[in-house]
Amino acid sequence: MTTPNPFANFVIVGERTNVTGSAKFRKLIEADDYAGALVVARQQVESGANVLDVNMDAALIDGPAAMTRFLNLIAGEPDIAKIPLMIDSSNWAVIEAGLKCAQGKSIVNSISLKEGERAFLDVAKRVARYGAAAVVMAFDEQGQADTMERKVSICTRAYHLLTEHGFPPEDIIFDPNIFAVATGIDEHADYARAFFEATRRIRESLPHAHVSGGVSNVSFSFRGNEAVREAMHAVFLKHAIAAGMDMGIVNAGSLTLYDDVEPELRERVEDVLLNTRPDATERLLEIAEQAKGGAKKKDAAKDLAWRAWPVEERLTHALVHGINEFIVDDTEDARLLVERPLHVIEGPLMAGMSRVGDLFGAGKMFLPQVVKSARVMKQAVAHLIPFMEEEKARTGLAGKSNGMIVMATVKGDVHDIGKNIVGVVLQCNGFDVIDLGVMAPCDLILETAIKENADAIGLSGLITPSLEEMAFVAREMQRRGLTMPLLIGGATTSRTHTAVKIAPNYDGLTLYVTDASRAVPVVRRLLSGERAALTEEARADQEGARASYLAGQSRNPRLSLAEARARAPKLAFDAITRPSFLGARAIDMALEALVPYIDWTPFFASWDLVGRYPAILQDDIVGEAARGLFKDAQALLARMVGEKWVRAKGVVGFWPANAQGDDIVLYTDEKHTAEAARLHTLRQQMDKGAGKANIALADFIAPAGAPDYIGAFAVTAGLGEEAAAQRFKRANDDYSAIMVKALADRLAEAFAEALHEQVRRDLWGYAAGEHMRVDDLIAEKYRGIRPAPGYPAQPDHTEKRTLFALLDAEANTGMALTESLAMTPPSSVSGLYFAHPRAEYFGVGRIERDQVEDYARRKGWPLAEAERWLAPILAYDPARAAA
Amino acid sequence: MNRVERLAAIEAERAKRILVLDGAWGVYLQGFELGEADYRGARFAAHNRPLKGDHDVLCLTRPDCVTRIHEEYLAVGADITSTNTFSATSIAQGDYALEAAAREINEAGARLAREGCDKFEAMDGRPRLVAGAIGPTNKTLSLSPDVNDPARRDATFDGMANAYKDQCLGLIAGGADLLLIETIFDTLTSKAALWGAWEAFDATGIELPLWMSGTITDRSGRTLSGQTVEAFWNSVRHAKPWAVGLNCALGPTEMRPFLAELARIADCPVSAYPNAGLPNAMGGYDETPCSMEAHYAEWARAGLVNIVGGCCGTTPEHIAHMKAAVDSVAPRVVPTIERALRLSGLEPFTAAA
Repeated sequence: MTTPNPFANFVIVGERTNVTGSAKFRKLIEADDYAGALVVARQQVESGANVLDVNMDAALIDGPAAMTRFLNLIAGEPDIAKIPLMIDSSNWAVIEAGLKCAQGKSIVNSISLKEGERAFLDVAKRVARYGAAAVVMAFDEQGQADTMERKVSICTRAYHLLTEHGFPPEDIIFDPNIFAVATGIDEHADYARAFFEATRRIRESLPHAHVSGGVSNVSFSFRGNEAVREAMHAVFLKHAIAAGMDMGIVNAGSLTLYDDVEPELRERVEDVLLNTRPDATERLLEIAEQAKGGAKKKDAAKDLAWRAWPVEERLTHALVHGINEFIVDDTEDARLLVERPLHVIEGPLMAGMSRVGDLFGAGKMFLPQVVKSARVMKQAVAHLIPFMEEEKARTGLAGKSNGMIVMATVKGDVHDIGKNIVGVVLQCNGFDVIDLGVMAPCDLILETAIKENADAIGLSGLITPSLEEMAFVAREMQRRGLTMPLLIGGATTSRTHTAVKIAPNYDGLTLYVTDASRAVPVVRRLLSGERAALTEEARADQEGARASYLAGQSRNPRLSLAEARARAPKLAFDAITRPSFLGARAIDMALEALVPYIDWTPFFASWDLVGRYPAILQDDIVGEAARGLFKDAQALLARMVGEKWVRAKGVVGFWPANAQGDDIVLYTDEKHTAEAARLHTLRQQMDKGAGKANIALADFIAPAGAPDYIGAFAVTAGLGEEAAAQRFKRANDDYSAIMVKALADRLAEAFAEALHEQVRRDLWGYAAGEHMRVDDLIAEKYRGIRPAPGYPAQPDHTEKRTLFALLDAEANTGMALTESLAMTPPSSVSGLYFAHPRAEYFGVGRIERDQVEDYARRKGWPLAEAERWLAPILAYDPARAAA
Repeated sequence: MNRVERLAAIEAERAKRILVLDGAWGVYLQGFELGEADYRGARFAAHNRPLKGDHDVLCLTRPDCVTRIHEEYLAVGADITSTNTFSATSIAQGDYALEAAAREINEAGARLAREGCDKFEAMDGRPRLVAGAIGPTNKTLSLSPDVNDPARRDATFDGMANAYKDQCLGLIAGGADLLLIETIFDTLTSKAALWGAWEAFDATGIELPLWMSGTITDRSGRTLSGQTVEAFWNSVRHAKPWAVGLNCALGPTEMRPFLAELARIADCPVSAYPNAGLPNAMGGYDETPCSMEAHYAEWARAGLVNIVGGCCGTTPEHIAHMKAAVDSVAPRVVPTIERALRLSGLEPFTAAA
């Protein structure tokens, strides 16, 4: 299995198959050991490289011949050839030799304006004809760019030349030159900062182009001190990625995360890279030697009564109470008492976990506590693994598993809190889980399931486009003739959707799993003798769900679009307030300021603890679990906020606007000289009876003639959440990893709430005198709404693209949209502001084909595309309607 | 109608309906019971190698048979007929020591198809296209001919590109309306064909639309050289093809999932011309014109295709049924695909935008 990419959306180019960067690889090629060279390539793929860089530029190597031979050999190794190539040379003849061996779409590294425009365009044309993308170096007739201004101006010139000659902008990858810093030469001090700033400007001003670079160059002056080099790479990448670098040539096997760098070292590296003080290099040198050693201190263990108990009981106690402080020592004690390390797992650890299972089953333990127990279990098992491997190597004996589940958040989606909980709970019940992380393509899921001979596949997703992707996975499972059960879970999934849209695609069993607590009993029944019974139950249930869905569809009468429009509410627009500014403005928010705005109720719900906060803390049944969870959450939140593990960034804007039919037209200024954007809204078509209004969001904006305004926002509190979560995950602490994400999610929602309040009181100011308590805010007792695309009042996720463009959200906040229009980081919120006193949240409900056709026309889409994006709310079956 | 007008006219048709390509030649040629003498004709009577089996040379030696087949297909309603030049590169003709005649075969092949099309266009004014057929050869660029030497190749990219350039020059001279690079089982070879085509365009100043048709060899969903459908598409979309599709190797049942995948990702028209089923024990094909019709009707309704036709084992009768199946159904709507850096090895890789 390959390691998941910890840098979401960052393309990792594996650098080890490069003779200029790796002496080991160069020696292999020089010694004609191509079998050894293939091993290096395979390691890069297995370590998570998305693209393989191949470079044969060395004095003793015949470049074209070596490139040809190595790429031809790779073509015969499917586990290497599966990923694209980066054909890397400073010599065009070597690049061309490589291109003539590559059937896939590769990247050429690199071309530049070094020899002038004619030569540049000539080479670019050849690159395009070979069907490759190109790295373009910031290098021109005058030489390599070292200042920010030169980097940007050369890249800009190259971009315009290329695109004007038909080179696709998305196939341009700029390399604005990463040079070594901390060299002792003053002129070099600003090199890293110049790269960051140039990257930011390139990404802002040159649409669709990418930025890449050879990261290890930056730490060249610390050759031999890997600890410092890795720290420099980690800190460099953090800043470069934030600036917009989205590809990098790195050692795929040894990427360190920013948060994992020891704080003092990190600070000094940061000073060097950001060139914040003249003595930065000296200060880094001061601690470079000791960093090379890198030792950590341990906390002294507290002595407690249970510590005197026999080891089996200590293990059970630790598992049930989720105490991980002594688990490694206790596990080691237990190991010394038994014949095989496996017996520790099968004996005391499983006994402890089955105790946990019993308590959980009896409703005496709750999910957060179980996940904490799982953390203890995982750390115990992690201690035993080396011993088991050693034993296996010695004797060939191996353990047995209850079953193997492959899990993933589907392509286009980034939400994984629930999935991670399910994964942990399954693992601590003795199931092997391969978690493919987020944005997992169908192929990867199915190939992993086939290769690992999985007993079931579990799919998760939060946003509605993921529903279609799940149906696609089901179709693919059918196509590939798989038979293993398919489990469906996640916030937007449902029993009905699974029965109607997913299960019919697949002859194998498709099961909807309501929540994490249900996962274990379901999987256990599935993999025991009860599978047949379960299958029968599920099929009968799905039959029922389909029948009632179809019955429900025909029962609810709906209006034609014309009738529904006739029933639009007629609102008065007599109290319009002009916002304090027009256009978009970036907002930085201190995390501390957000904490009071947190709505805790959904936080408990994400852990399957149901009840309103704060009453839930005193609940007879779940109160104790809720209090424990809340305490842990408070402690972690204090660290997250205090140590700034995540950052909150937002953007808010206002525009003059008028409704035009069911659309809302936004103007650049109050004279309405130019359209800034056009928002499309959808109208309810259910027949609520005469006299009741059929609403669309456009109704809340005045029609042409009266001046009106609309607002929009996008906020995130997730910058850094993935890194923080990964850090815990690698320490086998899934409990904290999940907690970090759940808290970041809360902070983002709190940000949206706090910002909305500022908007009402000051930024828009239509409710200047408003003073509310937090619980009133949560109960939405204020004037105005902030609906988000993808939610019931506007179920079309694609409107987010308009919203993001208006707000320039990517540049202002670092947020982005996936192909399914999930926001990244996952802890993000966006929406529109409506100020009308009668503006309210509503659900569009199901819509008829007449509206879909009308909507498609307004959006400039083919009907099929509208039907695809609106699939969850169609009142008809497009397949049947088209036939 | 000249070529530019014809392409514009067919473009208008394509937006309204599913276009029909012709079917296979093999079965039909067998019907003529041609002997060695037919293949040689007067021109190659003294040639030093047997020529029977070199179907492409018939463009020179039995043009009447070639014309007949074009007309049979045009008569049942084909909008596009492909030239009898599938193996007319100098490399493939090397098997018959006819390298030197390659260019001429292509030119004659295109001319014969054009004449047939002109005849039918004159009857009803509807445009008929000549697709210059460019097939693979018995050599490949991605696979080693020797299991003990995996880095070896029995052809070079430049050699292939030159042979394809020569073929394209012939097809252009003979009046082909577009170039159909088909039965692509090795994407690298098809890239050499593209390279050759562009060089031919540079040399003549005439640029023809390009049509790419890949071959998924079995149910694993990969080309012979190992690419998935999406990886294949990422590898050839720089050709900005007039259409992309799948043909050969599979029957309609086996081809469907891969066609559906291609239809989902390709932002250009999609074509499909499968075999009449998988070869049976006797080397024949089992799908009848009627059974094929059902498949095509279903594809059309599912919005998967813009152009349909037949490959091995299909006959004018198959094409007639196919035309009936798709005639009244709206063509696939070409989707808008988001701009993104879409790379591939054997598998696709899309960098987030």
